[in-house]
Amino acid sequence: MSFPLPEFITVSASNPWTYVVFGVIGFAFGFTLEMSGFGDSRKLAAQFYFKELTVLKVMFTAIVTAMVLLFGAVGLGILNFNQVWVNPTYLWSGILGGLIMGVGFIIGGFCPTTSLASASTGKIDGMFFILGGFVGAAIFAETEPLFTNWYNNAGYYGRLTLDQVFHLPVGVVVLLVVLMALFMFWGAEQLERIVGKKDMSREPKTRIIGAGVLLAAALAVVFIGSPSLEERYQKLTFTRTETIPQLEGQPPIVNTITYTADEMLSKRLVFVSPAEAFKAKYNQAMNPVYLDVRSEADYNLYHIKGAVNVPLERIEEVVPVLLTEPPANTVFIVMSNDEIAAVQAWKILVASSVPNVYILEGGVNNWIAFFGKEDETLAGVRPAPNPAPDQLAYIFPAALGNRYESCDPSPIKYEELEFEAKIQLQLKRDKSGGGCG
Amino acid sequence: MTTAPVTKKSIFKRPEKPYVHPYLGGVILGIVLFLAFFLTGNGLGSSGATSRIDALIVDAISPSHVDNNPYLLKLAGGDKNPLDDWIVPVFFGALLGGFASGWFNGRLKLTTTKGPNISDRTRWLMAFLGGVLFLYGARMARGCTSGQALSGGATLSAGSWAVMFAIFGGAYGLAYFVRKLWN
Repeated sequence: MSFPLPEFITVSASNPWTYVVFGVIGFAFGFTLEMSGFGDSRKLAAQFYFKELTVLKVMFTAIVTAMVLLFGAVGLGILNFNQVWVNPTYLWSGILGGLIMGVGFIIGGFCPTTSLASASTGKIDGMFFILGGFVGAAIFAETEPLFTNWYNNAGYYGRLTLDQVFHLPVGVVVLLVVLMALFMFWGAEQLERIVGKKDMSREPKTRIIGAGVLLAAALAVVFIGSPSLEERYQKLTFTRTETIPQLEGQPPIVNTITYTADEMLSKRLVFVSPAEAFKAKYNQAMNPVYLDVRSEADYNLYHIKGAVNVPLERIEEVVPVLLTEPPANTVFIVMSNDEIAAVQAWKILVASSVPNVYILEGGVNNWIAFFGKEDETLAGVRPAPNPAPDQLAYIFPAALGNRYESCDPSPIKYEELEFEAKIQLQLKRDKSGGGCG
Repeated sequence: MTTAPVTKKSIFKRPEKPYVHPYLGGVILGIVLFLAFFLTGNGLGSSGATSRIDALIVDAISPSHVDNNPYLLKLAGGDKNPLDDWIVPVFFGALLGGFASGWFNGRLKLTTTKGPNISDRTRWLMAFLGGVLFLYGARMARGCTSGQALSGGATLSAGSWAVMFAIFGGAYGLAYFVRKLWN
């Protein structure tokens, strides 16, 4: 079993249980906030006058608890981190929005979810906050077109986590965040004692034990580390549907079969013919991205129009980009001169949970053999004698890149092409609704 | 014959229990947050639902307006149902959950929580204004204290940590100037 559970990743009418699951999660959320006292605006506002730091304590305890459990589960290989929604970083709209939220917080006395806990327990100010919220969100929708470019691009870094920012192992960052939180709790208690005149000797002693448990768990996360790419690859499964046509008048039989990654390769289910790779460009249902994993030198000699050059050695660097909000219908087609490097790239990408990755069958050599037959601009190009494995099988007199006719075959000339369709779109979760929506 | 004193217990008159200790509340909230990620891959949130409910209202009143606004179009364009998103059941679940905890702990009471030196009306106006500003900021930052600070904080999202510090920065920066509201 792999977590998160694929059937719960997105709400869908075809699986009504998802509404129940998310409803129960929301219920537990609201229940916990109310019982922590967040239905009372005075308790929330007191945070900002250093009298009572309940907000900070609850929030940071929740963050570190969830973080330690999450990265522990990731390290043990139970939870697939690439399937976990990580808010993409839009630095400047995030900071400006955050400052505005802070102003709303101290004036209004709530944040959105605490206002729900407040209103539902009969607090009139909580109800007014919710009403105001509907107005604020509507004003945003009306004004967003005025700065849409800034909103969508300023300081955009995609899926970026703190371990990547600081170039540290994720376990070390987890430990540092826990240490920071413990220090903040200590500071918060000092403030409550001095400013809030609270008698700290009445605080339960078990909180010291809790801090010890938390620290030990964080150290365990450092110790466990993260699963290697190889371990993740071995755990992959792919679901394919196969349609078996029946006699006339009978509906075809549709089978759903699960394969391992190695089976997908050995049964050649991920290899698409040049014809299919080409036709994908003109298919409304998909958005193909050609990833050329050869050296820059080979790429400069000849490449398919629109192909992006990412040499195999650097493929891991682009994974975060490929994972960040690709439209659900994006299909990645990797290619090398033959297939060896492309298969390596495929393994890395699928192990990193990039969806819909396929390999160009026979690579660029096969593409040239297929579309180059009638390409007169290729006249000066000779076949190479005895090319080594995964080398270009042609000798190019000049580095003309994609300026040959066959780099961008005419859709009219090749309108009729027969091929066995291998691409089955795996629709990922709806990313547009992720995070806070 | 003696009759035991009849204790009348209406749901609104349950004995009021104290709030749980903040660290305990935090641990429980953290476990809820972890389970949300573990089972569904999504964290917690609520402000997105506000936008979606807005989009539903606009779509009902003036569908052509939705078509002219790219932001609303993303939520409610064509035959899209703006409520068909995980955050909507979380929103309504949170309302119910808050109510349940209030009922269970004897805290259901029509009242206004405010600082000692302002009137109810001032408090309502400020709560409304605060709501306007907070949700405007939350949509700009693509998430509120739950969707960004809590959920993004736990997954170590760099942007979410920036948002979290900005929220605290904005609130602490203004706190002194509005101290009359709360003290």
